[in-house]
Amino acid sequence: MPSAIEIQAVSKRYGALQALDDVSFRVEAGEFFALLGPNGAGKTTLISAMAGLSRPDSGSIRIMGHDVVRDFRAARMSLGVVPQELVFDPFLSVRETLRFQSGYFGLTRNDDWIDELLFKLGLADKANVNLRALSGGMKRRVMVAQALVHRPPVMVLDEPTAGVDVELRQSLWAFVKELNEAGHTIVLTTHYLEEAETLCNRIAMLKRGKLVALESKDKLLQHGKEREVAFKLAAPLPDSLLPSKVREEDGRIVLKLTDLSQLEGVLATLREADVRVRELNVVEVDLESVFVNMMHGGQG
Amino acid sequence: MQGFLTLFRKELVRFWKVSFQTVAAPVLTALMYQLIFSHVLSRHAEAYPGVGYTAFLIPGLAMMSMAQNAFANSSSSLIQSKITGNIVFLLLPPLTALEFFAAYMLASIVRGLAVGAGVLVVTAWFGLPLPSHPGWALLFGLLGCGVLGTLGVIAGIWAEKFDQLAAFQNFLIMPLTFLSGVFYSINSLPPFWYAVSHVNPVFFMIDGFRYGFFGQADVSPWLSLGVVGGSFILLSGLALWLIKSGYKLRH
Ligand SMILES: Nc1ncnc2c1ncn2[C@@H]1O[C@H](COP(=O)(O)OP(=O)(O)OP(=O)(O)O)[C@@H](O)[C@H]1O
Ligand SMILES: [Mg+2]
Repeated sequence: MPSAIEIQAVSKRYGALQALDDVSFRVEAGEFFALLGPNGAGKTTLISAMAGLSRPDSGSIRIMGHDVVRDFRAARMSLGVVPQELVFDPFLSVRETLRFQSGYFGLTRNDDWIDELLFKLGLADKANVNLRALSGGMKRRVMVAQALVHRPPVMVLDEPTAGVDVELRQSLWAFVKELNEAGHTIVLTTHYLEEAETLCNRIAMLKRGKLVALESKDKLLQHGKEREVAFKLAAPLPDSLLPSKVREEDGRIVLKLTDLSQLEGVLATLREADVRVRELNVVEVDLESVFVNMMHGGQG
Repeated sequence: MQGFLTLFRKELVRFWKVSFQTVAAPVLTALMYQLIFSHVLSRHAEAYPGVGYTAFLIPGLAMMSMAQNAFANSSSSLIQSKITGNIVFLLLPPLTALEFFAAYMLASIVRGLAVGAGVLVVTAWFGLPLPSHPGWALLFGLLGCGVLGTLGVIAGIWAEKFDQLAAFQNFLIMPLTFLSGVFYSINSLPPFWYAVSHVNPVFFMIDGFRYGFFGQADVSPWLSLGVVGGSFILLSGLALWLIKSGYKLRH
């Protein structure tokens, strides 16, 4: 069985900007995969290249074994993409939108599946409403339905929860999870680490066009629990705590804890040694530093 | 094939939903031209032996309206899709370049023919004879709309903003359609403008279309067919190549 997505040495420049820099990885069939990275990291560019919306300068991409350029028809039949930007055709109703989209994929009698999609996405009562008259979140749901009209084995959602309320976010994830359980491969991009954590098996991180990490969720979570705590102490650090010390900055000693629950032990040790704590900060780890740590430490 | 049929149908629905603007309005405009020019120039000499000026004017006006509307259909649809971004829903499915092109181009022909039929119907009482060669008339109608529909596809792909498209329309399409012998027989022109008209494919569309009605024209219908058919093949090739290469559609 071919990989759901196979990305091989893909590079793409926009003028002087290297939007993708020699990116390679695979997503296996049935995975729930997250693509993370800060704004401008190249996530959308990579998805566009998968979908044939943009052409990489070098490298190749296969969807379910089909090259997205040479064998574009089969590749596009295998892929459903929910674009990041909210777009719609203001001339059409929800049902017309989905019928036309089915037709572009060569499907004529698709109404049963369209009805099911409308029901699952909570759009059944909006079927005959013009897209213009829908709220932003509703339009987003229509885009999800559009990406699914041809029942693609691989589905890519580019920040589907941006600007979407909590309720829709949860129902959307429940739906996507259901699709994954039914065998669809899911790739999503998000800025919320928790979303990636609760849903995905594996996570890739892009930064300035480079793939900086590719990990299973469990490994990530372990790194995610690590915390750095900065202490301002009235006396030198007791020897027994030296192994946890990672650095000193601005007169603060920074300790690395594998888990925040270790903090209690550290405080007890300090009390016993009669070292008064003047100030204590838990350094919030952002997603990026988790990954960077992982890159430098986790993989050895 | 199904993909083509669907896109073709969507393009028809798109202009038909606003047919008041896309069909009725240009028919009304052509009727105005007909009223004004036939009033001003009715004592003008016969354009061809046995063909009065008012009758002579009708096929030219119809063809000019067909050309302008065929161009407007594909170009405005494409630029709107590009600017609103919903063109992505056409780029994600497995449509081939030929399916994509044929759907836009044929929908333009349908709009052009609808406008042309409307113009002929409302102006016929000015003395339009039944076509003496209906086959030629239909052939030039189809090909003429095809050429302009194809130009519209090219312009719609090329333009990034509405004003770029407007420039294309105002500086290329309008001069081509107006300086084409719509309002006069080019035999009456001074030599310079006579020569200029002969490099304008719209002139040949109109001349060929007129031949279909009156059985006489400024040049042979075969020459017109060669020019218009050749333009159609060349421009279609260009449009297909642009779509295939992803020019301005796939970055
Ligand atoms: N068509 C384009 N022309 C020029 N530069 C582009 C184009 N598309 C993207 N870029 C640039 O490429 C880089 C990557 O953009 P991309 O949209 O892939 O980022 P992203 O990871 O999706 O970010 P976000 O989280 O904000 O959606 C950015 O610096 C962006 O400005
Ligand atoms: Mg993006």
